[in-house]
Amino acid sequence: MNNVLIYTENFDGKFKKSIYEIASYGSEIARQLGGEPIAISLGEVAEEELKSLGNYGISKVLTAAGETFKTLQNRAYTAAIAQAAQQENAGVIIFSASNTAKAIAPRVSVKLKAGMVFAATGLPSNLNPFTVPKKVFHGKAFADVVVNSERKIISLSQNSFGVKEHPAEVTIEALQVEAAAPANTRVTDTQKASGKMLLNDAEIIVSGGRGMKSADNWQPIEELAAILGAATACSRPVSDEGWRPHAEHVGQTGKIVAPNLYFALGISGAIQHLAGVSSSKVIVAINTDKDAPIFQAADYGIVGDVQKVLPQLNEAFRKFKAEN
Amino acid sequence: MKILVCISNVPDTTTRIKLSGDQNAIDLSSVQWIINPWDELALTRALELKEASGGSISSVSIIHVGNAGSDATLRKALAIGADDAIRVDAAPTDAYAVAHEIAEAIKDKNYDMILCGIESSDYNGSAMGGMLAEFLNMESVSSVSKLEIEGDELKLNREIAGGFEVVSATAPVVVIVQKGIALEPRIPSMRGIMMARKKPLEVVAATGAEALTEFVHYTPPQPKAACKMIDADNPAELVNLLHNEAKII
Repeated sequence: MNNVLIYTENFDGKFKKSIYEIASYGSEIARQLGGEPIAISLGEVAEEELKSLGNYGISKVLTAAGETFKTLQNRAYTAAIAQAAQQENAGVIIFSASNTAKAIAPRVSVKLKAGMVFAATGLPSNLNPFTVPKKVFHGKAFADVVVNSERKIISLSQNSFGVKEHPAEVTIEALQVEAAAPANTRVTDTQKASGKMLLNDAEIIVSGGRGMKSADNWQPIEELAAILGAATACSRPVSDEGWRPHAEHVGQTGKIVAPNLYFALGISGAIQHLAGVSSSKVIVAINTDKDAPIFQAADYGIVGDVQKVLPQLNEAFRKFKAEN
Repeated sequence: MKILVCISNVPDTTTRIKLSGDQNAIDLSSVQWIINPWDELALTRALELKEASGGSISSVSIIHVGNAGSDATLRKALAIGADDAIRVDAAPTDAYAVAHEIAEAIKDKNYDMILCGIESSDYNGSAMGGMLAEFLNMESVSSVSKLEIEGDELKLNREIAGGFEVVSATAPVVVIVQKGIALEPRIPSMRGIMMARKKPLEVVAATGAEALTEFVHYTPPQPKAACKMIDADNPAELVNLLHNEAKII
């Protein structure tokens, strides 16, 4: 049971950085346990893409495709991952912290009676007892969680370990899965915005708050995001007002993000907002109120009216980008 | 159709977290308790659906695993409009044990739809709903931001990277909901509060389900260095600092 199984979710047949991160993380845990890091990929992924997991230490990739895995069917995915864990003697199973991981990791936990730590923030601090760090209360405290079951499941919080190259010879094997029972859920339509930087993938996020005053004032935010290749986001009042879609809301009840650089523009920094952004490496705040709590959380701040400062800042970034 | 909503009792989201002296526990002595925000949105949506159903949704029940200290939170959920409540009488240890207790308590009750919040605002586990579905061997749909009922069919939007999937489901199903499912949680009316006192709150004995995980130690977050202020007339300096000092661009 020293092997580690890593569920490498694909997005339209491709792996994202967060998947290479959990491949790196799972490989490191396998090294510590003296076992083998094995990936499982479900759905159609080209061989070359599967082999790319070898750059991050993975030595074997199990794969199953076909009708069952075209869309997410929780029970079928759960059965396949649980079967792979048993067949490969995996004592630790690793997931990302994506929506898919939220859907299936808890089910795998019950199926295998494997205790789960969701959104872990680093490597186990101890292998016996198996102890994993995570945030609780959305970052108001860090906790050590001991997993007492024989099998363990860890979902890794994005950007908390990093992508680490560790080239390995990789083999690809088909996983023979039993036919899934018919599900009483089915996907009837998929709607995706194309070409837009996604919040959870973004290295830089430009976020606007109530200080932007109206939905009509978002153009300079879009502009800054375009200059920096960033994603746009907003605070809760903004999405509640309908100025921006709910999917852009970052904060305790919206999305939890951890980019390298977070711009809080006209955001006062309510405790619920900070809970969603406090893992950002660098926070820049622009706000009219010098006592706004956002400046307690920020690394760099400008006291001023964001509507006046932002166009000038955009100009400065544009100049910088032209020169660098 | 019978709906069940799972309710977690959590510290108010504005609570400042204090640790016990040995840092092995969180000091909950002066905490205000609330319905977990996502569970509250789930309950709100369940009540909206019931009101619009013309009687085809016969009841919205709630269930919770906790001790008597949670009853005030459950009465609030009843005051908002839930019809009846079940409290499994046990301290909630981890998501696995809580899901197991709920599964045991409801396995013969034939709920058509079970709603859970995507996570709880205390331990941020994102686990209970999926675990419950697996214990009950029911299909589940997670990250649901929209839920409509058309005849016998549930129409759900499931959030995925960059958009959403429209999912069609039939009962029984566990639906795990997030932001967007309902606009605003409801505030109990005076009449609702009066009526809640008479609504059934059944306390059932726990089965002693075991936990698989244990929180053993806590540390407060590192205090942040002071914010470096830049003059509003000199935004180029911010660009310079991000490039040369933070080395982030």
